[in-house]
Amino acid sequence: MNNVKIKVEDFNFHYGKTHVLKKVSMDIVANKVTGIIGPSGCGKSTFLRSINRMNDTILGAKAEGRIILDGRNIYDDDIDVVEVRRKAGMVFQKSNPFPKSIFDNIAYGLRINGVKDKYYIHERVEKSLRDAAIWDEVKGRLNKNAFELSGGQQQRLCIARALAVEPEIVLMDEPASALDPTATLKVEELIQELKKKYTIIIVTHNMQQAARISDFTAFFMMGELVEYDVTSIMFTKPVKKITEDYITGRFG
Amino acid sequence: MGHSRFKEKMIHGLFFLNGLVAVIVLVGIFALLVTKSISAFREISLSQFLFSANWNPTATFVAPSYGIWSMIVSTFMVSLGALCIALPLGIGTAAYLSDVASARVREIVKPIVEILAGIPSVVIGFLGIVLVGPVIAKVFHTTNGLNALNGSILLAVMALPTIISLSEDALKSVPKSFEEASLALGATKWQTLVRVKIPAALSGIIAASMLGMGRAIGETMTVLMATGCALEMPKSFLDSVLTMTSTIAIELGEVPYNTTHYYALFAIGLVLFIITFVINMISDIILHRYEKVIK
Ligand SMILES: Nc1ncnc2c1ncn2[C@@H]1O[C@H](COP(=O)(O)OP(=O)(O)OP(=O)(O)O)[C@@H](O)[C@H]1O
Ligand SMILES: [Mg+2]
Repeated sequence: MNNVKIKVEDFNFHYGKTHVLKKVSMDIVANKVTGIIGPSGCGKSTFLRSINRMNDTILGAKAEGRIILDGRNIYDDDIDVVEVRRKAGMVFQKSNPFPKSIFDNIAYGLRINGVKDKYYIHERVEKSLRDAAIWDEVKGRLNKNAFELSGGQQQRLCIARALAVEPEIVLMDEPASALDPTATLKVEELIQELKKKYTIIIVTHNMQQAARISDFTAFFMMGELVEYDVTSIMFTKPVKKITEDYITGRFG
Repeated sequence: MGHSRFKEKMIHGLFFLNGLVAVIVLVGIFALLVTKSISAFREISLSQFLFSANWNPTATFVAPSYGIWSMIVSTFMVSLGALCIALPLGIGTAAYLSDVASARVREIVKPIVEILAGIPSVVIGFLGIVLVGPVIAKVFHTTNGLNALNGSILLAVMALPTIISLSEDALKSVPKSFEEASLALGATKWQTLVRVKIPAALSGIIAASMLGMGRAIGETMTVLMATGCALEMPKSFLDSVLTMTSTIAIELGEVPYNTTHYYALFAIGLVLFIITFVINMISDIILHRYEKVIK
């Protein structure tokens, strides 16, 4: 595959004594949507959180192997974790805006990066909110608390917040699982729009959704990468029987 | 069936009674203070009592005067000074315990903090005289180190356990999702603490410091021992001061019953009671609102 953004090589992950990810190797292509599917507990979230090293915050977690982002192994000792997280933004399964105003939520990432220019911050906030397709709904009330928004709006706000710091990769952990069909559709459209600028990795439990939005699909089971291919192939003629069984809903 | 209903009612009644007793005691104390104080205010005007700095109830050649303004100022000075010391230390320690310290360190430090809360105030006052006082005298070149600063330092030590453990609780109850959101945006641990966690825990921290403050204002023994007890309008933290609590403690034992002086001491008690009551109430309101926000 050409234009590889992230190269995962023999990656293992442990929570204490539980071996959660087993020898995972895969190449993730730039400016494409890569969908991650698999039964509950198979390690999808863990895999996603390994890419921006969010698992560092968990006591007793241990990673082995390499995840190479733009030619640099992010698990090298001399890597700046903060730098990795700026490059790989994350949208969580459950929307988690800060208890601050809508504006401050978006501006947060800029401010911690030392941006002081008020004009520039305003510009970025508006741009991010537009990119996340929520600008029209919030433009009149940027100073209102983010908790006043609906669940779907909060999730799009969180997407905007992640975009504001101009990452290169956006990691999404079931971003639409708590949303109604309309809001889900909005988020899906948004993802199609975003891949022009970003490399997107998205975990989803919804097969139709994976088929609709992702260019590549990876199927995980019990911590192993079972199959990984172009989405159209995965969903029409997967190589492994077990992949087919999962996709067609015969189990899981 | 009927039996267990009866039992439930009994238990319900018992708890109600307990609550009632607490309320009755509180109201009783308040009533006592008010009735005694009213006798004082037959002789003294309220504004003179509160805002004149001239306290001389045993004057013989001139008319006695009952102004407690210098004591009010001293009390607030010592307490606010204590807060200025205890707040940064307390929040810092709480942040350290909740965010930085390993489980091991936390298990050692937390009990120590709790033991600190159990040290009798006489012992702290004693340390003020033999330890803090001489150090202050040396550093600031004063004749003795028994002054407002000394009181503030000791009260800070006494308020610290409350502030630390309540602030730590507040920081702990900040949802982990806020922290993760911040870290995922490339914030450092420090930025996350200062810009997300502390603001989210702020009302809890404010409530904690107000409770600490309430305790500091009412504290008597330590202040009595360490502040030098000079009846004067303080000009700086290096002046000896006489607080409201010290005045009551010193004079109530010697004052003849049912004199204006006697009643005036009750009136000081009433003022103290009202101040601490208001502070506790405010902190309670803040705490409640904060619990709602977290849920
Ligand atoms: N913080 C943790 N500490 C210990 N074990 C964990 C932790 N987080 C996850 N695990 C374990 O790791 C395994 C993989 O979890 P993970 O959250 O990655 O699964 P998932 O594929 O995202 O599941 P789901 O679809 O339900 O979200 C599970 O067995 C889980 O119990
Ligand atoms: Mg998951």
